[in-house]
Amino acid sequence: MSYVPNTERDRRIMLEAIGVGEIDDLFADIPAEVRDPKLDIPAAMSELEVVRHLSDLAAKNADLGRWTSFLGAGWYDHHVAAYVDQLLLRSEFYTAYTPYQAEVSQGTLQAIYEFQSFICDLTGLDVANASMYDGGSALAEAVALALNASGRGRVVMADTVDPVYRKITETYLEPLDGSVEVVRNWELDSGGQLIEKQGALAGAIDRETACVVFQRPNFFGWLEETTEVVAAATEAGAMVIVVADPAMLGVLKPPGEIGAEVAVGELRHLVGPPSFGGPGAGYFATAAKHMRRLPGRIVGRTKDDQDRTGYVLTLQTREQHIRRERASSNICTNEALVALGATLHLAGLGRNGLRQFGELCVRHAHGAVEGNWPVGFAVATERPIVREFPVKCPGPAAEVNRSLREKGVIGGFELGRVWPELSEHLLLAFTEKTGPAEVACLKAALEGAAV
Amino acid sequence: MRSEPLIYELSSPGRVGVDLPVLPEADRPLSDFLPEAEIREDLPLPEVSQVDVVRHYVRLSQKNFSIDTDMYPLGSCTMKYNPKVNELTARLPGLSVVHPMQADEQVQGCLELLHGLERLIGEVAGFPAVSLQPAAGAQGELTGMMAIRAHLLLKDETRTKVLIPESAHGTNPATASLCGYESVAIPNGAYGEIDFEALRAAMGEEVAAVMMTVPNTLGIFESRIREICDLAHSAGAFVYCDGANMNAMLGRVRPGDLGIDVMHLNLHKTFSTPHGGGGPGAGALCVTEELEPYLPAPRVVRNDDGSFSRSVDYPISIGQVQGHMGNFGNLVRAYTYIRSLGAEGLREIADVAVLNANYLRVNLQDVYDLPHDRICMHEVVFSGRRQKAKGVRTLDIAKRLIDFGFHPPTVYFPLIVEEALMIEPTETESRETLDRFIEAMRTIAEEAETDPELAHAAPTTTPVGRLDEATAARKPDLRYRPPE
Amino acid sequence: MNPKELKYTREHEWIRVEGDECTIGITDYAQEELGDVVFVELPDVGAAIFSDKPFGAVESVKAVSDLFAPVSGEVVAVNGDLDNAPETVNTETYGDGWMIRVKLSDPGEVDSLMDSAAYQKLVDELRS
Repeated sequence: MSYVPNTERDRRIMLEAIGVGEIDDLFADIPAEVRDPKLDIPAAMSELEVVRHLSDLAAKNADLGRWTSFLGAGWYDHHVAAYVDQLLLRSEFYTAYTPYQAEVSQGTLQAIYEFQSFICDLTGLDVANASMYDGGSALAEAVALALNASGRGRVVMADTVDPVYRKITETYLEPLDGSVEVVRNWELDSGGQLIEKQGALAGAIDRETACVVFQRPNFFGWLEETTEVVAAATEAGAMVIVVADPAMLGVLKPPGEIGAEVAVGELRHLVGPPSFGGPGAGYFATAAKHMRRLPGRIVGRTKDDQDRTGYVLTLQTREQHIRRERASSNICTNEALVALGATLHLAGLGRNGLRQFGELCVRHAHGAVEGNWPVGFAVATERPIVREFPVKCPGPAAEVNRSLREKGVIGGFELGRVWPELSEHLLLAFTEKTGPAEVACLKAALEGAAV
Repeated sequence: MRSEPLIYELSSPGRVGVDLPVLPEADRPLSDFLPEAEIREDLPLPEVSQVDVVRHYVRLSQKNFSIDTDMYPLGSCTMKYNPKVNELTARLPGLSVVHPMQADEQVQGCLELLHGLERLIGEVAGFPAVSLQPAAGAQGELTGMMAIRAHLLLKDETRTKVLIPESAHGTNPATASLCGYESVAIPNGAYGEIDFEALRAAMGEEVAAVMMTVPNTLGIFESRIREICDLAHSAGAFVYCDGANMNAMLGRVRPGDLGIDVMHLNLHKTFSTPHGGGGPGAGALCVTEELEPYLPAPRVVRNDDGSFSRSVDYPISIGQVQGHMGNFGNLVRAYTYIRSLGAEGLREIADVAVLNANYLRVNLQDVYDLPHDRICMHEVVFSGRRQKAKGVRTLDIAKRLIDFGFHPPTVYFPLIVEEALMIEPTETESRETLDRFIEAMRTIAEEAETDPELAHAAPTTTPVGRLDEATAARKPDLRYRPPE
Repeated sequence: MNPKELKYTREHEWIRVEGDECTIGITDYAQEELGDVVFVELPDVGAAIFSDKPFGAVESVKAVSDLFAPVSGEVVAVNGDLDNAPETVNTETYGDGWMIRVKLSDPGEVDSLMDSAAYQKLVDELRS
């Protein structure tokens, strides 16, 4: 399949205009010894053939449409209203690029302005950018902002923040000789229960702390006590950064109302299916005073010379194409189309729908908590959970999952992959798809799980 | 075109645009499940019916120019046609409704695709090892420079500088700073290539790397690149290549064969994944064997029995930059593209991309200043200085082009060319389209001589005219606030 | 064009000396090159500035330029009006567009700065 319109005839005409004999002549600057390599690549395929090939690959995967799944851990399988993807497929949205020329990009620009507004409304903060690569890199950039703004060196992070986000942050900090101090703010009791260690996170904050990071709900699914942490941070002049699932911000008190100065999180599950982990989109919202330190692109509203309202990329002097070596972030391309998808979905969900969306998840999760569990299995926390919670298994969680798969159920995230002492714990996530019937199915399958 | 209100302004109490299942046990309040103090009191999002949501965004989309509208010659962005079959394959349920934490045995197709794409890209670019984890070119660049830094640390070498051509994209020095390096700018020489002697003078044992763009941002192939690599290597430094301009080289030369150590590719440029209004992209990072151990984890490995798994057993990996296995949805698209084209199809891209750019060059060089009179590669850079002397700046030329139905080229980059106009047609433009573009550009050049006001007033055919960017930056209005 | 009583730097700052204090801003050439100024980043009162080192930055829509200290000393006043009206740098370049007032730590440093004729010569060269 070739998408090249110019035929041999066209090329002849053009070569003559250029004044060379062959296309080869245009590559004369390339050293002869390395020019025209033979590429060991399979032959071209027609459209039909390539669709068949990709379908064969797809057939080797277990797609969640055919399975009941309780996998979450920061990445969720929600139903996204059908209109969202169909609008995203509009040529003018998905084949446009960065809106550098505002006059021909008002669609993209106004949609981004609406996105920024939604994120501010969701988080209760003052200003938001046009998106980051994902929740993890958004957190890394938030920590960088705190370090740059404060001049301090300590980064204090709760152990209950998404471990992948922590890893990404550590990766970004390493070349700048920065590091993350992880505070173990939970413990495991003899009965396999996860207990929150009150005061652990607050106690770690001092006047050298640039920021404290925690997550709501935390990686284990519960809401942590935060008043003390925020008070300690305020007292010490440390920035409060909260990782918050945007899908739950219809039901939960937003980060801005509990003392956060910066909020970040992942938007993918509001936009489309899990897509094997990418592309996602991170949101990044801050209090007003950090506006000029926000990384990434930002859209502002203004007027043209005929007093018509229009939208434009603004505050560009923060960005790499102007600041170059003085930029605090090198981000250029972001996740615009994914952020647009979030905008489209949030526009339809709106004030009432996002609440209901969240409530479905909450009620389904609690329905599972409240019912009976098969012998040997128990909900592993007493903290208030939102839509996800850990479960203690009578044996290795990996074995439980294997057994579940044989019965057509995809279980939860094996917490032992991050915390070795939790090798018998699964993290189960609930969405609008996992209601009473699915829960019954899960529990029945657990009943017979051979461990 | 009517001005479109904000979605908030279309709100009416009680409306909703999605259809959600009924709440179970609806008679029980939410506070039965969540502590009252944690429950949100109000959410100020708009309330709009689905019909109105759809119409609003359809109308917004109609204000956008796109590749599917007409030629979009943004230099260095490679705005080629986005194949629709890529959208089909990316949406196959088996490739899209899959969770990254599913067991390896459940996602063999995904892992096989990733492994296959790594190999294809490695083959095209000439490198033994590839990471598909970076979410964009800039992130790939950062990952690559981190790998260099980690390797030098392990060898106990203290090197503090990175040499970067003056003509480089802003991400290059930004990336160097994020890795703790000091950027040293190297000027360009007379023929539009980097000043080799200046590079030689700056090279030394405190240099960690030189970051090249090949072809460079003037659209010119750095003909001494092999010498540059030798020079760097003998000083113990690495050569990083910004692969944004790979479209000029597909099938014609493999950057790995030139001596380059690390290179990122922008899959949303060269490999046709859609630009989406500013992303998502996907950045493949190619490295030599020496730097392979530093690639981010997890990585896909092929087992002896032919199956695939993900491994994190990389003790000196630089860590992780993206949450999972990269922007997988775009990797499916890139894979589909490469498999559709094959080796011959890939080479045809470079051939026609370079042909198209040179065709523009020869047809415009009499009316626009060409800084370097030589064959260009996939893009050509003009200077608008002749027009500036008549009072028409490159910005005005760009705006006037809009009135002719085209998206403007990249303007004011590279910084080393006065009033720069960077034009990259790509291989998916026909001769007729190029002729129309040439006609428009020639008309604008003529207008600059006879009637400069036309360019100053442009654009006049768009929903809004030139916007007040100064006020937007002085008094930022970045979000909707309801009227008091 | 460039007020005769002021001194100038190669980095296009002007300085008005009054006893052991001075006022600093950017020149007409600088504001013209930058375009519409949208934001000025200045040090706090009490901060120390060092000759030839950056003490802040001035941003336009498309560019950001460091501000280099022509002299060393302590910042005794900062022009707070520039927060709300950064465009004053463009319109009242040598008057209300002033940026900082500094108590000189080494008044001798002023002697090595350019006078208005020398600065005009520099600008003429740049513009040609």
